[in-house]
Amino acid sequence: METEVKSMRTIPKDLLIQETERIIIEAATVLDDEVVCRLERHQKQEVNPIARHILGEILENQLIAKTEHIPICQDTGMAVFFVDIGVDLHFDYDLDEALNEGVRRGYKNGYLRKSVVAHPLNRKNTLDNTPAVIHHAFVLGDRLRIRFAPKGAGSENMSRLKMLTPADGVPGIMDFVLETVRLAGGKACPPIILGIGIGGNFETCATIAKEALFRPLEDEAKDPLDRDLEKKLLEAVNALGVGPMGLGGKTTCLAVKVNSFACHIASLPVAVNIQCHAARHKEVTL
Amino acid sequence: MKKITLPMSEAVRLSLRAGDEVSLSGILYTGRDAAHQLMVKAIENHEKLPFDVNGQAIYHVGPTPAKPGQVIGSCGPTSSYRMDPYSPILMKQGLKVMIGKGPRSDEYRRALVDHGAVYLDVTGGIGALLSKRVKAMELIAYPWLESEAVFRLTIEDFPAIVAYDSVGNDLFHH
Repeated sequence: METEVKSMRTIPKDLLIQETERIIIEAATVLDDEVVCRLERHQKQEVNPIARHILGEILENQLIAKTEHIPICQDTGMAVFFVDIGVDLHFDYDLDEALNEGVRRGYKNGYLRKSVVAHPLNRKNTLDNTPAVIHHAFVLGDRLRIRFAPKGAGSENMSRLKMLTPADGVPGIMDFVLETVRLAGGKACPPIILGIGIGGNFETCATIAKEALFRPLEDEAKDPLDRDLEKKLLEAVNALGVGPMGLGGKTTCLAVKVNSFACHIASLPVAVNIQCHAARHKEVTL
Repeated sequence: MKKITLPMSEAVRLSLRAGDEVSLSGILYTGRDAAHQLMVKAIENHEKLPFDVNGQAIYHVGPTPAKPGQVIGSCGPTSSYRMDPYSPILMKQGLKVMIGKGPRSDEYRRALVDHGAVYLDVTGGIGALLSKRVKAMELIAYPWLESEAVFRLTIEDFPAIVAYDSVGNDLFHH
């Protein structure tokens, strides 16, 4: 039997490490234009003087961070990656180890804070911000897409997951999300962005919620059910009056992103992953 | 905007009211989860604290490393509610000013009133801006904690807002 052997593309390890280092440092210091635009828009619309003042501080901060290459926030997070691996790629090295080497270099050379402890109970700092949290997916083609976010703990600690029942439906999801935002209050550093996962099972729900935070702010969900939920939730969350840093105002949330997945006939999992206003992420395709 | 010198006098501290915007200059000490845990353990063991907290201010922060030529790296506040179990114990030793971000427990607010202390809220996620307001940084204790070690900072025009005052007012429940 004859089989056609396709030549497989490789990505030099050094290049992968260098590019990982580069996007880490850039993400930590340069806030995406689309986040800046939304903050500016909300500042113009705010009537609460404290809220306006806080949004002004946030905007001034990102400008200083960008021009002077200072991290936007001192919590430069735990490194989170979503990597899409083209099936026509061949690696003669450990991809995860290369990504972690990029983390080591990025956090050292970018003067970023090392915020990872080796075990949740011994609390011993690993001193190089490894290990990173890495999510893998195989895709068609011969490219490697690396998406990175330095996820801080202030907003991550306020994130929640609940296994609802099918009878709870949209009202149940809305109640849980609103309760989560209310409980988070000023602790999650609002204005926030919400990554909502609905469906899947326990772990899938959380993963798709996290991945929702990587979507561009202007991006609307493809499924009309998810899109409708995004609109309803954004309006309801901003009506809560939490405001910037929890001190009141109508700017509580800049965007809501809903990702859904099929689920069991008995289940309706919901995960709410909160992102603070320092919504940093960067990607590269090699 | 009230200009305030740290450490602040009792008269100034008791005059502050929730919602007052303040600009802080002077001396404060840094400390977050790990340093608070160690300081409280020292109190329990009747050991000396790394600095005399009496009348002082503690800022809940773990900065990024300073680049060559910088005094400090990015240095915004961390969420202060995590210090709720420790702060009242330090207040018993005379700590009067706590600076951080976000709402805190009812027990904590009651302890503020008992001790005539105040809690100041700084905007989270503006560490680059705040780094320009720090003029000096000196390591005081627990160097192995890296960014979580205790440092003495000299600050100038450091912006904050009074979140909880010494008479029980609460800016978060506006």
